Amino acid sequence: MTGFRIDGGTLIDRNDVRRFSFNGEALSGFGGDTVASALLANGRQLVGRSFKYHRPRGILTAGAAEPNALLTIGRDGRRDPNTRATMAELFDGLEARSQNCWPNVNFDIGAANGLLGPLLGAGFYYKTFMWPAAFWEKVYEPLIRKAAGLGRASYDPDPGYYEKCWAHCDLLVIGAGAAGLAAALTAGRAGARVIIADEGAQLGGGLLAEGSPIGGKPADAVLADIVGELHALPNVEIKKRTTVFAAYDDQVFAAVERVQKHLPEGAINPHLAMERLWRIVARQVVLATGAEERPIVFGGNDRPGVMMAGAMRTYLNAYGVAPGKRVALFANNNQAYQTAMDLEARGVEVAAIIDPRTCPNIRYDGKARMIAGAMVRDTAGRKAIKSITVRHDDGRDEVIAVDALAVSGGYSPIVHLACHRGGKPAWSDEHVGFMPPENTDGMTPCGAVAGKIGIVDCFAAGGAAAVKALAELGVMGDAATLPGVAQGDATVDHVQPVWSVSSTKGKAFVDFQNDVAASDITLAMREGYDHVELAKRYTTNGMATDQGKTSNVNAIGILAENKGVSPGEIGTTTFRPFYTPVSFGALVGASKGMEFQPIRKSPLHGWAERHGARFVETGLWYRSSWFPKDGETFWRDSVDREVNTVRTKVGICDVSTLGKIEIFGADAAEFLNRVYCNAFLKLPIGKARYGIMLREDGFVYDDGTTSCLGENHYFMTTTTALAAGVLTHLEFCAQVLWPELDVRLASATDQWAQMAIAGPKSRDVLAKIIDEDLSNEAFPFLAAREVSMFGGRLKGRLFRISFSGELAYEIAVPAGYGDSVADAIMTAGEEFGIVPYGTEALGVMRIEKGHVTHAEINGTVTPADLGMGKMVSAKKDDFIGRVMNLREGLVDPNRPTLVGIKPKSASDKFATGSHILKPGDPVSLANDQGYVTSMCHSPTLGHAIGLALVKNGPSRHGEEVVIWNGLAGTTVTGILCDPAFVDPENEKLHA
Amino acid sequence: MSSLVKCPHCGLRPKEEFTVRGEVATPRPDAGAEEAVWFDHVYLRDNPRGEHREYWHHSGGCRRWLVLSRNTLTHETSEVVDASTLKTGGAA
Amino acid sequence: MRYSALSLLGNAFSKNKNWKPAWRNPDPKPHYDVIIIGGGGHGLATAYYLSKVYGVRNVAVLEKGYLGSGNIGRNTTIIRSNYLLEGNNPFYEFSMKLWEGLEQDFNFNAMVSQRGVINLFHSDAQRDAYTRRGNAMRLHGVDAELLNRDQLREKLPFLDYENARFPIMGGLMQARGGTVRHDAVAWGFARGADQNGVDIIQNCEVTGIDRDGDQITGVQTTRGAIKCNKLAMAVAGSSSHVAKMVDMRLPIESHALQAFVSEGLKPFIDTVVTFGAGHFYVSQSDKGGLVFGGDIEGYNSYAQRGNLANVEHVAEAGMAMIPALSRVRILRSWGGIMDMSMDGSPIMDRTHLSNLYFNGGWCYGGFKATPASGYCFAHLLATDTPHETATAFRMDRFARGYLLDEKGVGAQANLH
Repeated sequence: MTGFRIDGGTLIDRNDVRRFSFNGEALSGFGGDTVASALLANGRQLVGRSFKYHRPRGILTAGAAEPNALLTIGRDGRRDPNTRATMAELFDGLEARSQNCWPNVNFDIGAANGLLGPLLGAGFYYKTFMWPAAFWEKVYEPLIRKAAGLGRASYDPDPGYYEKCWAHCDLLVIGAGAAGLAAALTAGRAGARVIIADEGAQLGGGLLAEGSPIGGKPADAVLADIVGELHALPNVEIKKRTTVFAAYDDQVFAAVERVQKHLPEGAINPHLAMERLWRIVARQVVLATGAEERPIVFGGNDRPGVMMAGAMRTYLNAYGVAPGKRVALFANNNQAYQTAMDLEARGVEVAAIIDPRTCPNIRYDGKARMIAGAMVRDTAGRKAIKSITVRHDDGRDEVIAVDALAVSGGYSPIVHLACHRGGKPAWSDEHVGFMPPENTDGMTPCGAVAGKIGIVDCFAAGGAAAVKALAELGVMGDAATLPGVAQGDATVDHVQPVWSVSSTKGKAFVDFQNDVAASDITLAMREGYDHVELAKRYTTNGMATDQGKTSNVNAIGILAENKGVSPGEIGTTTFRPFYTPVSFGALVGASKGMEFQPIRKSPLHGWAERHGARFVETGLWYRSSWFPKDGETFWRDSVDREVNTVRTKVGICDVSTLGKIEIFGADAAEFLNRVYCNAFLKLPIGKARYGIMLREDGFVYDDGTTSCLGENHYFMTTTTALAAGVLTHLEFCAQVLWPELDVRLASATDQWAQMAIAGPKSRDVLAKIIDEDLSNEAFPFLAAREVSMFGGRLKGRLFRISFSGELAYEIAVPAGYGDSVADAIMTAGEEFGIVPYGTEALGVMRIEKGHVTHAEINGTVTPADLGMGKMVSAKKDDFIGRVMNLREGLVDPNRPTLVGIKPKSASDKFATGSHILKPGDPVSLANDQGYVTSMCHSPTLGHAIGLALVKNGPSRHGEEVVIWNGLAGTTVTGILCDPAFVDPENEKLHA
Repeated sequence: MSSLVKCPHCGLRPKEEFTVRGEVATPRPDAGAEEAVWFDHVYLRDNPRGEHREYWHHSGGCRRWLVLSRNTLTHETSEVVDASTLKTGGAA
Repeated sequence: MRYSALSLLGNAFSKNKNWKPAWRNPDPKPHYDVIIIGGGGHGLATAYYLSKVYGVRNVAVLEKGYLGSGNIGRNTTIIRSNYLLEGNNPFYEFSMKLWEGLEQDFNFNAMVSQRGVINLFHSDAQRDAYTRRGNAMRLHGVDAELLNRDQLREKLPFLDYENARFPIMGGLMQARGGTVRHDAVAWGFARGADQNGVDIIQNCEVTGIDRDGDQITGVQTTRGAIKCNKLAMAVAGSSSHVAKMVDMRLPIESHALQAFVSEGLKPFIDTVVTFGAGHFYVSQSDKGGLVFGGDIEGYNSYAQRGNLANVEHVAEAGMAMIPALSRVRILRSWGGIMDMSMDGSPIMDRTHLSNLYFNGGWCYGGFKATPASGYCFAHLLATDTPHETATAFRMDRFARGYLLDEKGVGAQANLH
């Protein structure tokens, strides 16, 4: 069948012919078409298959609620699965394919499922597939998964660019139908900052489908005037193709703008977003989202060619597409009659109007045959509707040949956004629908969402809603009016609820996409799943990609009818974000790939790069981990060389990523004394001290050194990982716990480039660039002060501290000087054989020395666990963590405590994360003695060494244990020992 | 107010700029207080369904600790003050 | 009526008109031996095992909404027993063993699908931590496997191996982990308990608890007063709210956690995968929807909804892990309220009142625990002693300092 395009169509441009393909077949449409309207114009009624029974399905709606016409559009990285044909704009070269059918949409093997219908009722899978137990994963589930799903996701990278923005306004108008446009116009004229958003490609909503003149003017001309004025108002921002999809706390609304989804690949501007996420902060909101027309639940109501009456009118008036040549209307309300009248006006035969009502309120003066008090009980036709069976009020059946059927079962206000923040919609017998909640603070529903009918009433309601919203903002405004239109009494419809046709023959669908039939809902009730949420979950009604936009209220109606109560007593399921599905791409914006998280680079990054550093991600940082030299192919070659060089000569390491905090104030010493568990009150000027910071629960939080650089001035270093956390913690202490203390904190992490210079020759190297006496007497271990460098040209901070266990210093210079100072140190150290070393070598040396890091400080250890129990002051009457640190469980002698561990046989290796067992003990959790926290190959000792937390550790030095790595299937005999493998007497430090 | 927070220093700012610590529980006890009092302070919470006072840190802004009075059922915030002005020693 | 392929066939012939309700809808009796507050997964499981294993059948489960309306119906359906600590690991493994025989036990197909759970790691430190954890699991006889990049590539070809900000190094896999159809767990336990005589009373909110000294005598509800010998709380999410009725303060905060589902897609993700460089975990349901989630919202909340910032955060982490998600659309988000305990582990214990029993603090890990939680809580209720796998879940562990802090972040609920 072809030739469904007729005259007219306010949205299409017949001079703009667009070619596209559908399942490989070449077709064409016009600019302004949706894929759905173009398919219908080409006589394609069958577009997809349903989920469970693979029934042939056509196009049901003309908008966002479409449950059936889901297509995969595009290819490769631009493939969009599950795209609603009713929302996708047609562009030249568009490729569309049906989903969920094999081998093709016309002949689908899966349709055999339909024969098993009675077996596959609601929840059938909960009652079977249980035996034998292993069969679920091995047999049943793979079969189910093979049939599951709709479209296929692309594995190819998406070439599209995405972005996110904030927007702020006085009034957000959601929906640009008659009500929304009037609201925007009213507020715009009053000078308010207005954003009006609509999901459609054009503003207008229902106005776009209006066939009758308004105030003597064609509807499209009226619309053009309004849109023209809105465009001219500088304080009104118009967002087309923008779906407001969620309402969050504090009037924050999420919207997605489809910026370039309607363009052919060649026309896409790579510098513009494909989609844009808007986070809109609105002082007031006018909700003008309209109403969704409801299907009627009768036998064969899913056959291609059965379409919502309003959708049919849209295709007719906006796209110039006739849905068929001989159409019937099945409706229970007056508004739907507009479709019949417009069909007739456009020369399409209306075979019959079937209306279950007998009331005298039916107002129709067209030519079609009226069948009142009747229902459609069945349809026929294989891949498209051929006839309907009408049950007359006298019980007689009549078959009427049609090639399309318009259906209207009433209207459900689109209340989603009014309910996302927990509001419950209220049932209205008058409107036969769930209305927006009573209390929608800051949001005024108007137009069809509030039960208004027709362009004129909706326009007036929009103006009034805006006046009300403006008043909340203290702005006066006059409601916009439609020129030439006198406001009459409010239009009233007389919808007669029809939740399901009782005389139904064949499957009567409630949820089309999920193939939930009326009989499934009643079965769920029979089995006790009669709460609306249970019925939904048991039958999957409303859980498809359309989220029940066309099915939920009918399901509620069926439950209510069967229970003999009002739908209001049944209530709705919860309205949750999102109103319509939103792509990951839009929600992610630019934060993808390497931009997933920001990258932090040390001031010495470039210097390290020049020396060939290999970098490793450490949180957000890139840290230099080792510096391979020519001929070194294995990372450990480099690391061993770096360690050996530091231990025998000298090396330089970038430690700029350590957290650095400047602390000032008359009470700074008192403050430090309270936040560290060891004493800090009497730290003299010019001295550094190692400190352990506990959490209030008594466990170790972080460690580091703090130096007193002057009166009331301290400089704290933290670990890289907890730089931000420690500052936040200190700020809490200073601002909340002890606001009376005079103390000021400032992060200085990024302000300083800091280098460790370690090794027996470190003093000799630094002496060449630092102007002051560095002798042991003048600058002893733990000295810390500002020093003059390069003959007074630069000031730096020098600390004699050591993580490696060698004679070592750390020098900090302003970040911008870091690169050249590091170069100068390399030059100065050349004669001593200096090498740069990275975090790997640093890690090896700290293990050799028995120093701990966050591998040991894992949030569950006490200072005593780390062998530093004596550091916890017994004299101070208060510090963070003092009391909780004394709890029974924290002083239990059985706690795992730090020890060194080495293999009994020097050639054996073991892994961090291995557990410790006693030799001969059965392998079990109960026999677990502890675990290896860190390990490395020690080039200094020539074998593997490690640190471990072992029950009663310190008393077990020398004990033979099993190092158990079940994951790798290895066991190694180890010996527990002192954790200080190198220089336990600290001679090097003080050299 | 769980999407936007009205920082007394910076004005209305998005939640993403803040770090939440949790309930303003009992005050930090005196140094000599019983272990049980400390336990209560560190571990026990009222956790009410309704009005709640809690610590938020404007970590991506002025870096001040704030006390929000916020309803845990509606997410509406009735008051935001700088924590130091309360001078409560970790509580109210 | 026993469910089987045969019963399906028989009922198909009678047009499915003869199915019986899965459970009764009784009015409350004046008195029960045990009243369980909370008709969610844990409460229903407790009733089931109480009646089946411990022979206590005069039991009521009081549910303020519909059965299964709490977190059992709003989670990401993941089961696993990949725990680190000695106090946790045997309990979750007990739960896994119960999952493995559950459907045959309660004659309801909950689609327990052991498709594997893989935790990705992106650094040496994470690998070491997973090695420690995997070995702890192995010590207890739990399956665990460390996968390298090549092994991962074979199983999860859709991950971003080339261009990731935090390159994937490997993963810890528990092959026996997987997913379960969450609602069906509530329904299966409810049906099983009901068949054993337990009264499941929906739309019955507890509004007060009656005491005589340190003895509970019964509860006040929206359906009248009901007396009991023992009262059991299984209301995670609202624990503090109910505990307040007996002046009990808990080491718990209530926090909202969002979860999400995408549109249906042809299955391509066969296992549960968790990201190691951001908060994201995902599986694909048998209907084809990607079911995923991230971190809690961070502020105390009893509203079952979250915020946009976290939605974006979750989507970003998801795409960092699976670039193919770019044009996949998210269909729906929902929210549940978690009992976030102060050490990240649950509490199951007697209380300061002699016949009041507490079960809560499950953080966002309660779903996988459902069968063992029910079993162990039933054991506690019936015997007044903790089940051997749940001895570490004592209320006094906070005061005594025997914490179960898997993450090691200390006494701040929203960090767990």
